[in-house]
Amino acid sequence: MSVPPLPDAPDDAPAAMSPPPRAARLLPQARMGGLIPWVIAILIALVVIAAAGGLALRNLAETARADLALAVTVQVIEPNPDLRDQRGQAAVAVLQGMDLVRSVRLVPQSELAALLEPWLGTAATSGDVPIPALIDVELVRRASPAEIAAIETALAGAVPDARVDAQGDWLRPVYRALAALQWLALGLIALIALATAAAVWLASRNSLAQHRETVEIIHLLGGTDRQITRTFLATVLREAAFGAILGTAFGLGAVWLLGQQFAALDAGMTRGGGLGVRDWLVIAAVPLGGVLLALATARMTIALALRNML
Amino acid sequence: MNDRSTEIVKFDNVGLRYGTDPEVLSNLSFTFFPGSFYFLTGASGAGKTSLLKLLYLAQRPSRGAIRMFGQDLMTMPRERLPDLRQRLGVVFQNFRLVPHLTAFDNVALPLRLAGAPEARVVKAVSDMLEWVGLAHRGQAIPATLSGGEQQRVAIARAVIARPRMLIADEPTGNVDPDMALKLLRLFEALNNRVGTTVVVATHDVHLLKKVPDSLIMRLNKGELSDPTGALRYPPRPAAGPERAL
Repeated sequence: MSVPPLPDAPDDAPAAMSPPPRAARLLPQARMGGLIPWVIAILIALVVIAAAGGLALRNLAETARADLALAVTVQVIEPNPDLRDQRGQAAVAVLQGMDLVRSVRLVPQSELAALLEPWLGTAATSGDVPIPALIDVELVRRASPAEIAAIETALAGAVPDARVDAQGDWLRPVYRALAALQWLALGLIALIALATAAAVWLASRNSLAQHRETVEIIHLLGGTDRQITRTFLATVLREAAFGAILGTAFGLGAVWLLGQQFAALDAGMTRGGGLGVRDWLVIAAVPLGGVLLALATARMTIALALRNML
Repeated sequence: MNDRSTEIVKFDNVGLRYGTDPEVLSNLSFTFFPGSFYFLTGASGAGKTSLLKLLYLAQRPSRGAIRMFGQDLMTMPRERLPDLRQRLGVVFQNFRLVPHLTAFDNVALPLRLAGAPEARVVKAVSDMLEWVGLAHRGQAIPATLSGGEQQRVAIARAVIARPRMLIADEPTGNVDPDMALKLLRLFEALNNRVGTTVVVATHDVHLLKKVPDSLIMRLNKGELSDPTGALRYPPRPAAGPERAL
């Protein structure tokens, strides 16, 4: 009776010293769970939209703040049109003599009428409704409340009915609302990240339970936790990457559509809400971050579960 | 071949219970020596499989002490178990083939887990499948193999890496007498030529006759019967090992 040609004895070196075998040969190319790539895709799409929205709001607020921080508006409230023009010119003369002022522009009455027409209709141009003279003032730097008060004082002598509004002041509630929306976007991203981690945690546990028999056999044949974990992580990487790419595509599509809608508004304020190169880089990092989060969660889940096996 | 100067496995007053149930193994004290051939016998429920689980490191004992390859299993961290397991070859009672892998890949597993070069894996596995008569079934998955074929794959997987100790639970239960004898000769070859310590659990008393120099352990209700003292070192001078029937 012949015996088989037995192979050489394996090295006595520990398995950790040997190059790990190809993962695909240890476990089947198992799927974590049928829905997990789609769940990741949805969550990544939501993060992309939330991140793009948050970044756009930040840009909007910064642009508006930069535009308005250096501007004040002077109103000359006078029902008599002739006197109003006269006082408007006087206010312009006073303002032009001030060091803090870079430029002064008396807004033409026709422009004001066009601005008010959507609200007042033909009354805006009829002369029946008194419209104050409006002066846009650009400052050389951001003015303190005391400096705004000094402008008012300087104007009071020549134009008693003049009123000075720092544009940044009346937009402060808008800034606060924008800041709140940014925090909301950040909070949403954190919650979605938590939901992603929870989904991957559940899927990893299910997958491990599904392949418990195979994992036990591999352990008993001398396989290490590292070899088993690598196999599972290969699956997680494949499915998370698929979900992330899909989710990013959906998210970017939604962002593009929303961008088109806002661009169609052609409103001055929304023009500052565009996304720059750095913003797009941040958005591009979202799927990468999602995949890394999924890998880290799966690795931790599998390592903890394997530790409970002999 | 037998080197009785160093033990390969040493059980000292070992007991095993599952949960809060009564002990299935009690007061086991014995020693295995390199290059020996042991048959483990006993009625169903005597505790053979539980003892084998302790031997192939699927279970830790509830009490007592076990040393294997000179290392204390009771204090050994689990990270070091793979190193010990790679020195073992196991034929499980229900084969435990990886269902998603082909017969070839199942047999290749121990070598690949140990990091063997792929060229060596392919050669060794092909030769082994040829020898167990399954060369033509290398790409079949276990579900498509008969019970006997699965058993031969399981045995091929157990011996492919030339283990220092081979543990087999009813290894000839599903094969015809010719194949049973052939497999037993393989175990003997490993034992005699490579120095592998072989432990075979079996009900088949006829099998015991086939290996004349084997030592027999009898388990009865979880306790070891070793009237000859053959399993202790040094053996009792007046009594030789209980020989095969």
